[in-house]
Amino acid sequence: MNYLIGAFKPSCNISITFADGKSRKQVPIKKENGQTVMVPLFQSQENISGKISIEPLQGKKVEHNGVKIELLGQIEMYFDRGNFYDFTSLVRELDVPGEIYERKTFPFEFSTVEMPYETYNGVNVRLRYVLKVTISRGYGGSIVEYQDFVVRNYTPPPEINNSIKMEVGIEDCLHIEFEYNKSKYHLKDVIIGKIYFLLVRIKIKNMDLEIRRRESTGSGANTHVETETLAKFELMDGAPVRGESIPIRLFLSPYELTPTHRNINNKFSVKYYLNLVLVDEEDRRYFKQQEITVYRLPETS
Amino acid sequence: MVERAEDEEKWLAAGIAGLQQNAFYMHRALDSNNLRDALKYSAQMLSELRTSRLSPHKYYELYMRAFDELRKLEMFFKEEARRGCSIIDLYELVQHAGNILPRLYLLCTVGSVYIKSKEAPAKDVLKDLVEMCRGIQHPVRGLFLRSYLSQVSRDKLPDIGSEYEGDADTVVDAVEFLLQNFTEMNKLWVRMQHQGPAREKEKREKERSELRDLVGKNLHVLGQLEGVDLDMYKETVLPRVLEQVVNCKDEIAQFYLMDCIIQVFPDEYHLQTLETLLGACPQLQPSVDIKTVLSQLMERLSNYAASSAEVLPEFLQVEAFSKLSNAIWKVIEAQVDMPIFGAVTLYSSLLTFTLHVHPDRLDYVDQVLGACVTKLSSAGKLEDSKSTKQIVALLSAPLEKYNDIVTVLKLSNYPRVMEYLDNRTNKVMAIVIIQSIMKNKTCIATAEKVEALFELIKGLIKDLDGDLHDELDDEDFKEEQNSVARLIQMLYSDDPDEMLQIICAVRKHFLTGGPQRLPYTIPPLVFSSLKLIRKLQGQDENVVGEEASASPKKIFQLLNQTIEALSVVPASELALRLYLQCAEAANDCDLEPVAYEFFTQAYILYEEEIADSKAQVTALHLIVGTLQRMHVFGVENRDTLTHKATGYSAKLLKKPDQCRAVYACSHLFWVDDQDSIRDGERVLLCLKRALRIANAAQQMANVTRGSSGSATLFVEILNK
Repeated sequence: MNYLIGAFKPSCNISITFADGKSRKQVPIKKENGQTVMVPLFQSQENISGKISIEPLQGKKVEHNGVKIELLGQIEMYFDRGNFYDFTSLVRELDVPGEIYERKTFPFEFSTVEMPYETYNGVNVRLRYVLKVTISRGYGGSIVEYQDFVVRNYTPPPEINNSIKMEVGIEDCLHIEFEYNKSKYHLKDVIIGKIYFLLVRIKIKNMDLEIRRRESTGSGANTHVETETLAKFELMDGAPVRGESIPIRLFLSPYELTPTHRNINNKFSVKYYLNLVLVDEEDRRYFKQQEITVYRLPETS
Repeated sequence: MVERAEDEEKWLAAGIAGLQQNAFYMHRALDSNNLRDALKYSAQMLSELRTSRLSPHKYYELYMRAFDELRKLEMFFKEEARRGCSIIDLYELVQHAGNILPRLYLLCTVGSVYIKSKEAPAKDVLKDLVEMCRGIQHPVRGLFLRSYLSQVSRDKLPDIGSEYEGDADTVVDAVEFLLQNFTEMNKLWVRMQHQGPAREKEKREKERSELRDLVGKNLHVLGQLEGVDLDMYKETVLPRVLEQVVNCKDEIAQFYLMDCIIQVFPDEYHLQTLETLLGACPQLQPSVDIKTVLSQLMERLSNYAASSAEVLPEFLQVEAFSKLSNAIWKVIEAQVDMPIFGAVTLYSSLLTFTLHVHPDRLDYVDQVLGACVTKLSSAGKLEDSKSTKQIVALLSAPLEKYNDIVTVLKLSNYPRVMEYLDNRTNKVMAIVIIQSIMKNKTCIATAEKVEALFELIKGLIKDLDGDLHDELDDEDFKEEQNSVARLIQMLYSDDPDEMLQIICAVRKHFLTGGPQRLPYTIPPLVFSSLKLIRKLQGQDENVVGEEASASPKKIFQLLNQTIEALSVVPASELALRLYLQCAEAANDCDLEPVAYEFFTQAYILYEEEIADSKAQVTALHLIVGTLQRMHVFGVENRDTLTHKATGYSAKLLKKPDQCRAVYACSHLFWVDDQDSIRDGERVLLCLKRALRIANAAQQMANVTRGSSGSATLFVEILNK
């Protein structure tokens, strides 16, 4: 899409293609206008290469002061619209100042690009990667073309992955021991565990396990926290008695989770929590929240 | 309450509507092979089962509809599996459902297909399913869900000989699955008792009753597994089931499940695990109706024993009798508040059992009766009809079994039990005993046995303490005494001495009967005695005057005294008849003095006691008839008796009677087969006398009525 700065009609078409565009996996992203498009998927340390094609329209010729392509990694805070913070910026000069009067193709390559952070689209913040082609012009404005791509980074299974086991309660009311088999889960993992009732003096109606995402942006006095409940999974229907053990088996694949992001570039964090909720007959809620780490496992096929 | 019912109807209708609507969309999805939508709509459909608004009865209706729809879904899953869709993936996919109840119904449905596909061992899937169902802790919903699991898994258990049996899968796994499902279901079922306000307890118990078969079904399935042999039952099944039964501490569950165990598993197993089973009884809640449970058990075992003689040694081998009687004793000891009716019912069942299994062991039978006596002694004489009915049943059982009162008489505790009956029931029982004797034609052949028997039936023989004469209905009394009368026939011994003993014993008892009874009892006694006499007649030559032995003379003496007893009633006419009978018998024995004595007594009665004219006529004709047949009298005696008879005849009140009597007497003077009695003159005298009376009668008649009644007299005389 052309972004016109200072002119009304497009003077040329810029297309960006990737060298391995046909073989590379594509994933959908939602654009600002609500449309969903498929874009290529990369991971950190990969080479990003391809071609730029500039085709002038209607016999016009494009005079320019240079053509360049930039690879940008950006964090955008929504409460600070338009304020992009580039954490990665790489540039390749494609052409010296001159004229383009017929279709011209320029190859580009960024090798072994450090892209330490994943693409993230959140409530108050987003992190994106984009290729930006700029045809510089003094007057009439530069012509710019963007191509998004997604970056996902994979982590191997953690060496240490302790279970979460804890006893909690309210004195004389309710004592439970809950156990989740791991503290770190990958995106297609299963939470396996159980809830054991040590003391039940209230009339429980049911029990749910929620997955909550807490996105915190900014720092200090400007910290914004957005919490979203991504999953509400019923674990138990009805009132248990002391000694009952209720199994947990929660598959993560149906939910739109992302890996845990801790303090990305000191700008934002995305953390995940398991929230065990018990509701009594009078709709009072008793809960216990526990943080888990979510990571992305390399895909096997 | 009515409002609630209407509300429920509304909720049910709404639930059905919701279910059907989602089922419709589900079917559409199935038809277009849209798995995602099929799952979505089936989950929505199953959400109707999450309701808390329906009673079990109504919930069942909803459940059945869901069940039917799930069958179709299952078929779709099977098709999908056949078309290459991974069952394992499907098993995971259904677990994505957010609400647990629909999730688990779907999981069980897929699980069924999973097992059938054999892609995983049956036991693994079954174990997973029965574990995951723990998420439903709501009693009604949980019971129905687990019932669903039970239903879909029923034909997929790794039983012996089933297609699901493998190296790793065995019937042990099937048993484990069933036991676990049973245990969880029972826990849920029991939990219902304590939910809700106290005032709705009755409603809750009714609802529980509606659900009990869901729990019991697990035991049925267990009972039908081929692989559950005696060892498996003994080592695993029974102990685990009893553990749950005892530990749940719930009266309703305990009663139902004990009964279930007894009904579901083979009797052979019960015999071999008798100790374990009985051992659980004292551990149950005190309010459990354990006597019914034990009675059921004993009834089953009794029928088992009756089914084939081959099983009887088993009973001995396991010492069934002693185990059962101990168990009963323990229960009665423990439950001090048990009503007498309950205790007697228990003993009754035990008695039936003993009669079936150890009929030859009279000591066992007596032991049971003895235990009953012990319990009764703490209660005193019984007032309530339930208990007395039960005791009658208890006492009738040996009678029916043995068909021989003689055997029953050997039971020392039998009369002791009867002691505890009220007078009326006592008599009822006595009648039962007599009926038994008559039906089986049992002969009671010694005086000792007769004594024992009479001890039992003493209520009929004499008035017992507290008897009120007004109580008794006339008809009933007659029935009673007639029974007693008929009984005499069965008291018989071939040995004359013994027979005499018997007669003396009977006589002794009858004489305590009082004036109302004697008219019924004395006659049969007399005839029995006469029978003996006739028998002795033939043997008389052989018996050489031993003092102790029976002789006709002795018996006649006895008879005389016996008939005399009738004077207290008074029953003169009867006595007279009896005297004459005896006289005739004496005649046949050639005992002239004895015969004469009887006639004397008869004449005394005639003169002093028989006043009614009609009675006189009858009596006189009897006398004359009898006298005519007598051949033992010498001339003097005969003359005296004849003269008196004729005299009586002439003194009868009515002339026609006189006439008839007199010409009847004419026969006294001429007996064809006895030369000595052919006194033609006296005959003529009699006839002439008769004629005179007839004339006089005619004249009287002409004056008073002018009837031709007297003419018949002349005709009769001519005939004579």
